[in-house]
Amino acid sequence: MAGATAVGTKPLIRVEGLEKHFPAESHWFRRSDSFVHAVDGISFELARGESFGLVGESGCGKTTTGRLLVRLAEPTGGHVLFDDGEGASTDITTLRGDDLKAFRRKAQMIFQDPYESLNPRRTIFDTVAEPLKVQNACPPLERMERVSRMLEMVGLTPPATYLFRYPHELSGGQRQRVAIARALVIEPIFVVADEPTSMLDVSIRTGVMNLMESLAERLGISYLYITHDLAVARYMCSRIAVMYLGKIVEMGDTEAVLQNPQHPYTQALLSAVPIPDPTATRAPVRISGGVARPLDPPPRCRFYSRCPIADDFCRDNPHPPLEKKGAGQRVACYKA
Amino acid sequence: MVIDTGPIPNAPSLWRVRLGLAGRSLKQNWSLFLRTRIGILGLVIIVFYMLLALAHPILMNTVWDERIYDPVIGFAFDETQQPAPPSLSHPLGTDPLGRDILSQLMFSARSEFLLGLLAAVVTVCIGTMVGATAAYFGGLIDMLLMRLADIMIMMPGISILIVLSALIEVGHLELALLIGILSGFGGTGVVLKSQALSVVVKPYIEAARTSGGGTLHIILVHVVPNLLPLSFLYMMFTVTSAIFSEAVLSFLGLLDVRMSWGLMIHTTESAGYLLQVGEYWWLIFPASLSITLLCSSFYLLGRSLDEVVNPRLRRT
Ligand SMILES: Nc1ncnc2c1ncn2[C@@H]1O[C@H](COP(=O)(O)OP(=O)(O)OP(=O)(O)O)[C@@H](O)[C@H]1O
Ligand code: SF4
Ligand SMILES: [Mg+2]
Repeated sequence: MAGATAVGTKPLIRVEGLEKHFPAESHWFRRSDSFVHAVDGISFELARGESFGLVGESGCGKTTTGRLLVRLAEPTGGHVLFDDGEGASTDITTLRGDDLKAFRRKAQMIFQDPYESLNPRRTIFDTVAEPLKVQNACPPLERMERVSRMLEMVGLTPPATYLFRYPHELSGGQRQRVAIARALVIEPIFVVADEPTSMLDVSIRTGVMNLMESLAERLGISYLYITHDLAVARYMCSRIAVMYLGKIVEMGDTEAVLQNPQHPYTQALLSAVPIPDPTATRAPVRISGGVARPLDPPPRCRFYSRCPIADDFCRDNPHPPLEKKGAGQRVACYKA
Repeated sequence: MVIDTGPIPNAPSLWRVRLGLAGRSLKQNWSLFLRTRIGILGLVIIVFYMLLALAHPILMNTVWDERIYDPVIGFAFDETQQPAPPSLSHPLGTDPLGRDILSQLMFSARSEFLLGLLAAVVTVCIGTMVGATAAYFGGLIDMLLMRLADIMIMMPGISILIVLSALIEVGHLELALLIGILSGFGGTGVVLKSQALSVVVKPYIEAARTSGGGTLHIILVHVVPNLLPLSFLYMMFTVTSAIFSEAVLSFLGLLDVRMSWGLMIHTTESAGYLLQVGEYWWLIFPASLSITLLCSSFYLLGRSLDEVVNPRLRRT
């Protein structure tokens, strides 16, 4: 899939300095004094047809980033330029009304928890037909056929046996397939997949991942694939970005980042995962403590408090910029 | 593996499929309901009073002489002295004004039902919309609706009715609307909002938003249906409180109604028989027992519906 990035074409999505700060406390008439910097000025590009991975520990802002990219949340700063190839690229952060609705035909999201992402009181048909209905994407009489075809595509065959069942009658894997069908039935070109397999049984994960990959190829979809599992990222994504407390700390081709990690945080993440190659050696990197909540973080490097190689320079300088290092990836660290 | 897509139902028959699904879930719920004893008890009482209410016009048109048995302007010429104790022609006796008690009881049952159901429907419609709106929007709208709810809850219902009944004629219809508004914007709205809060954070709400669904679509299609089980529950409790309020208010003589169970006790009281229960039991017991039974039956029905819609309460 790495070859899908054609040189010279404009990226599907360009994220520029995207920022989401949640007020830490709510006041009625006054601005909150402290903020959770869930996403703190990240920039990246996502090429057409590419699967871009977003990895990092719990709470680092992956879901928030995904929600910003499909406009489920409004950013507090930055831009998301979306180029559907049919005209000038649009900044989706300012879309309203009909323009926003039109954007929603092209960008969809698959949620983490298949038990909570389907309305328990609606049949599978109602759930999958919903985008077609609210977007008026096809004549009402054709909905049944489109939904059936979509169910077939996600492996729920024969569709007629699933159409009028309720979510509680399906297994977790089947539900996630329904959720995938709902996201893809409107034929989007960009899909945020928020840890779509993390709640599923290990035995059926690969099946769902293969399905998503083959659908992406068949339908020409680009994924922002969110995961905390490096093996999954390696399997699904041609490029990845590693996030830490709202910042991207390392970004590049998946193999380059995973074979030759430059940022101390990426190195620590990788040293927690066994290497499949028995001849390879890797110096263990230990980091202490857990992930803090990015509540009003000090202006220095976000990783400073846990970094094994931090020094006075790191303490006295702002968060390092992303710069080209190592095997072509970009790294945000003064000492890499 | 041979992929057999099976017969795909086409759209014109969609409503029939839905009807079948609704029927199936009704059947399941009914069998759950049958397992709750208290619910059946409640239902039996309700059906009994419904039959009484339905039988009244039939009796009036066939065996009962209007001049004698009319619940409001009838007079038992066949009795020498009023109030007359139960007899063959007047199974529950007559009241101090010579009217047949059984006829009054049956006549009132119908208005009790109408009052209770109207109050319940108004309450639940308002309460569900208030709850869903406050929870979905949050912020200023939520604050305004909840402060309004505080006012409604603090509002002294009986005192308002005393004032209102001095200003306008408060009958069954007005009372039902008033109870519906007070409780819909008040307590019921608050309870349904707390339920709605757990619905609006569900990922399927976000999924509906990414599908392009607008606010109205999300509230009506995703939030409200998930509140309905609880709404039905509160409907039952509202019936109870409506019938009870009506009884209290007409006992106090504050309602402008032709006949009701509360008014029957009021008549007894104003004629001075209230404290002679032992001697004139038929003046008190039929009406007060009916109030108690019908109120409890809707409460029992509500409790058992609670078990049906709330799997955690179910004994297996
Ligand atoms: N609606 C919100 N209001 C306030 N804070 C929020 C909100 N959503 C997320 N946060 C905070 O933003 C930070 C990032 O959350 P996010 O859900 O994006 O993390 P994540 O990387 O997806 O984690 P996980 O792997 O656990 O899903 C967390 O500290 C979280 O507490
Ligand atoms: S900039 Fe300094 S503190 Fe931050 S990761 Fe690099 S070495 Fe560690
Ligand atoms: Mg997440």
